[in-house]
Amino acid sequence: MSVKRDSFSVSITVGAYGGAFGAAAVAADFSVLQACLLSLLLFSGASQFAVVGVIAAGGTAINAIATSTLLGTRNGLYGLRLAPILKLRGWRRVVAAQITIDESIGVALAQKDEAEMRRGFWYTGFGVFIFWNLFTLAGALGAQAIGDPSAWGLDAAVPAAFLGLLWPRLSDRKSWVLAGFAILLALSLTPFVPAGIPIITCTLLAIIIGWRK
Amino acid sequence: MSTFWIAVIGSSALAFAVKFIGASVPETFLSNPRILRINTLIPVALLTALIAINTFADKTQLVLDHRALGIAAAVTLLIAKAPFPVVVVGAAITSALAYRYI
Repeated sequence: MSVKRDSFSVSITVGAYGGAFGAAAVAADFSVLQACLLSLLLFSGASQFAVVGVIAAGGTAINAIATSTLLGTRNGLYGLRLAPILKLRGWRRVVAAQITIDESIGVALAQKDEAEMRRGFWYTGFGVFIFWNLFTLAGALGAQAIGDPSAWGLDAAVPAAFLGLLWPRLSDRKSWVLAGFAILLALSLTPFVPAGIPIITCTLLAIIIGWRK
Repeated sequence: MSTFWIAVIGSSALAFAVKFIGASVPETFLSNPRILRINTLIPVALLTALIAINTFADKTQLVLDHRALGIAAAVTLLIAKAPFPVVVVGAAITSALAYRYI
């Protein structure tokens, strides 16, 4: 029973956050359709916000794609971790891949046995998918109705959303040090290189800091 | 095709490819501790950079405006352990007020 409850509460809370995504996307001049397609097809919060954030900052499409994909690499590792538990073939593996995100793996790994893990994965994956997409549409339509994004604080909602995603990851000294250097590097590059480049360059910091134990 | 469409389609296709490849490659591949460490740090680096740029940059110029107050509100709310939606809405309201009155 509790796996259902966990899945549902995670789905609705995280899903609601899709509203912020829909609004942010439209505020950054994406159409309502494009915002909804990102939630349906890309379906990974941080990567979706990255596409919007890079374009809003004036970056190119390639830059947005690269930043978003690098943020999504963790989903690949989640899949790697789950594959021996899910044991799927054919179209089921395709569906499972699409809903392999922070939340579905988080609930799955919190369960005790493999049957519960599988249930946690599917319930949470589908639950978040449904609510995330509904709220994206609502947020996008809402933002479209209100006009000037700055007057409603939507331009600050984007970095605040990133901050909310970052916060739980600042779990040790190494990540704080990395965050500090990333701010310095990104801002000091800003006046000298095309928009979007300062963001992706910070990947190098992760490699340098993660290289040594 | 516009920048927006290229970004939407390209990022969606690659996001799925990454998820699917992860579910399909043998586990020994990519499970080297260094790769795992770097992989957990990449989101920290990129999210931090995105916060900095979306708060303090306007295209290629550094600026200090209403968004900085919005982010300060978000930090305060996170320290106070506010839930996610409250953080985002709090930042938006603060920034909107600053935009309007400062």
